[in-house]
Amino acid sequence: MTLNTSRREFLKGAAATGAVLLVGARPDGALAAAPSDTTQFNPFVKIDADGTVTAIVKHFEKGQGPATGLPTLIAEEIGLTMDQIEYEFAPSNPQVYNNLLFGPFQGTGGSTAMANSWMQYRQAGAAAREMLINAAAQSWGVDASGITIEEGIVKAGDKSAPIAEFVAAASQLEAPVEPRLKDPSEFRLIGNETVRRKDSAIKGNGQAMYAMDVHLPNQMVAMIKRPESKGGIANGFDDSASKEVKGYISAAILPNQAGVAVYAENTWAAIQARDALEVEWDTSGSETRDSDQIKAEIMAALDAEAAYNVNKADVAAVSAAIDGADKVVEKTFYFPLLAHAPMEPLNCTIEQTAEGDIVLHDGAQSPTGPHMAFQQIFQLPPEKIHIKTMLAGGSFGRRATPDADYQVEAALAFVVTDRTRPVKLVWTREDDIRSGYYRPAFGHKVRVGLDGNGEIVGWRHQVAGQSIMKGTAFESFAVHDGVDHSSIEGIADSPYQIPGMSLGLTDTPKATSVLWWRSVGHTHTAYVMETMMDLAANAAGRDPVEFRLAHLADASDPDQKRKANVLKLAAEKAGWGNAPVGRSQGIAVHKSFGSYAAEVVEVSGDPETGIKIEKVTCAVDCGIAVNPDIVRAQMEGGIGYGIGHVMRDQITLTGGTVDQFNFPDYEPLRIGDIAAIDVHIVPSAEAPTGVGEPGTPPSAPALANAINAMSGDLVAELPMAENGVSFA
Amino acid sequence: MALTLKLNGETHTVDAEPGTPLLWVIRDELKLTGTKFGCGVASCGACTVHLNGEPVRSCQTYIEDVEDAEITTIEAVGDDKIGAAVQQAWVELDVVQCGYCQSGQVMSAVGLLSENSKPSVEEIDEYMHGNACRCATYQRIRAGIQRASEILEA
Repeated sequence: MTLNTSRREFLKGAAATGAVLLVGARPDGALAAAPSDTTQFNPFVKIDADGTVTAIVKHFEKGQGPATGLPTLIAEEIGLTMDQIEYEFAPSNPQVYNNLLFGPFQGTGGSTAMANSWMQYRQAGAAAREMLINAAAQSWGVDASGITIEEGIVKAGDKSAPIAEFVAAASQLEAPVEPRLKDPSEFRLIGNETVRRKDSAIKGNGQAMYAMDVHLPNQMVAMIKRPESKGGIANGFDDSASKEVKGYISAAILPNQAGVAVYAENTWAAIQARDALEVEWDTSGSETRDSDQIKAEIMAALDAEAAYNVNKADVAAVSAAIDGADKVVEKTFYFPLLAHAPMEPLNCTIEQTAEGDIVLHDGAQSPTGPHMAFQQIFQLPPEKIHIKTMLAGGSFGRRATPDADYQVEAALAFVVTDRTRPVKLVWTREDDIRSGYYRPAFGHKVRVGLDGNGEIVGWRHQVAGQSIMKGTAFESFAVHDGVDHSSIEGIADSPYQIPGMSLGLTDTPKATSVLWWRSVGHTHTAYVMETMMDLAANAAGRDPVEFRLAHLADASDPDQKRKANVLKLAAEKAGWGNAPVGRSQGIAVHKSFGSYAAEVVEVSGDPETGIKIEKVTCAVDCGIAVNPDIVRAQMEGGIGYGIGHVMRDQITLTGGTVDQFNFPDYEPLRIGDIAAIDVHIVPSAEAPTGVGEPGTPPSAPALANAINAMSGDLVAELPMAENGVSFA
Repeated sequence: MALTLKLNGETHTVDAEPGTPLLWVIRDELKLTGTKFGCGVASCGACTVHLNGEPVRSCQTYIEDVEDAEITTIEAVGDDKIGAAVQQAWVELDVVQCGYCQSGQVMSAVGLLSENSKPSVEEIDEYMHGNACRCATYQRIRAGIQRASEILEA
């Protein structure tokens, strides 16, 4: 990916009181005022008169690390220690704090937080450094070229002073247009193993504030009574039993009739009052299908001609090549609906200020979504709506929906009140599991033909499932020629050189609300690609690593080379081919979100008495690892997330109603499920790419391949626990 | 009804009906928000507090049953040397990611180390089984408990 940040001009602003240095980027065209106009100025770095430096972080922190990573970029370029920089989350402003890969949209997703901020935040820090140095040069009467800033101290020869000395003078200077960035050889913090997370202590002692922890004076807690099946309409309610609950206030049908809001003085009263509420539903438009029917539709679509010939292949020629092949490997796969189930149930709080402004307190993954929706709901201009981003207790995609679902729900619950009391919307875990947005169910059917030398001569790949992007505001961004890229990413665009591939896609009818789920399409495409590569290697009588490398052999193609390198590194570190007696290994490698990850899973036991996951070895190439320990943590977490779900999780529907309720029947990965994870990072000088998601795609197929190596049975329908595999 | 609670060394009078989970009194009445709501059915451990030093799930502990107990929450567990060691280890190893489950993880880890100062990996996995972490920080939780054990031994 290319980030065009070089032409963005840097601005500084000086507060009216003088002694604050603000540095940020000019919003394209939107801010033509003088750079000292602080009322319109939104910086990336703020330096107070006392020298306190604050990074304004435009991405939300759900554990993936931007509250450490973005301050690191600024501290590096100014010349600070990590203890000398604080962070705060940016306000909602899609012109200034937009994700550079999303256009005029502020949001976190697609593992882009570091990738799109890398140059922008470094440039902001570098501009601040040059301004401080120029101010010192004027003050000391020395040449700027002889001045350095290290660990927050400005130095020139025998002169030295803390940066605070020069904040006021620097704030009066022009910002440099193209500040000099540090050469990687000068990095002290970027890539440094000793840089710790900035949010560790508060998350271990209970002080961290999540949206769920907001207690505004006089607030009400609202819970929504929703229909059993999606699409039901609330026509009326009886709250006589709710009135028996101490702390119950009132109930109101939401303006869109999608549910009934129950208001109470506290959370427990809201839970009880909602349970007691009787609602009259119109279910004529409700979803009524069973997940078995949805699966049957998907499977039927795989056997029909695909709606889209994604890679414009000559399908007849590919089929003929496979039909004439020496050996044919064929497999049909099914992936069920999955819930995200972030640890912090969805919630947010809305208040109205004395001036009539609306303030949303939210673990806001995509502030621009609710910001735009609220303009309509409250009939207010954008500047009258404010979003305070809190720490988020996980997301995995769930906190960013194209329709800002839970924030809109909260706004609707607020707009029908007299707005004198803030409203805190709280979802329970049952709401999260049963009323959510899901990873769509998908099916794949693949036929691979091999010649007598064990070379692939044809690869016919059919995919069917519900599109995530169609019908949303992201359609124009992600859907081209009818093909929702998120349905098929990671197949035909894989770095593998596969001759004679045809890729067909069919969208199946809307079954429920679907959403991106950590690594999006790669959740299923990597599973299919990497288990098929193993099956093809086995049929060819070749080693799975050697077989993959043979399809990544063009060293002049950096994509193939980087993918091959992580594969080789993971194999080497895992002791590929030398598993201890009684253990089996499986390997998988996949590129996603600009990064390359290879994983080897080592298992013991057997599928009947119980598989035990003994070790996962991972190699990742994510460009420059700004914080290597956070990169490792993201790989560890991504692996756990991927493996946990394929082991035993699925969302099923009966008559349109979700069958699962809570963690007892949507069982999370537990501590004993994976005995050890070992992560290795490929050294790189390339710009940083994603780490939040790329660890997930290879984990499940590596597990499937390990189980297949042990039992000779490849699990092609998930979850594994429902398809013949028990776990110890 | 008015109830008296001994929590983090202080006595509090709260107004709550019998059957109210301790979790909601701690969070909504006392405004101590370090104890988290995760599932409400004692299946995730995010709401773990100590009753007389023993970890319990506060979402399934009723207010009328704890009047005579000493309750400790994440806000005060670091006052004790085991709690301080666990919190130190958590920071040293950067155990947390989103962090939402970590109050409960720390409370359970302190419970384990209080009864077993040098737990094996198997003992850790068994004791911590009920504390879910959707970010899957388990490997570091395991290492954090082992590190806290070392700190306490030193």
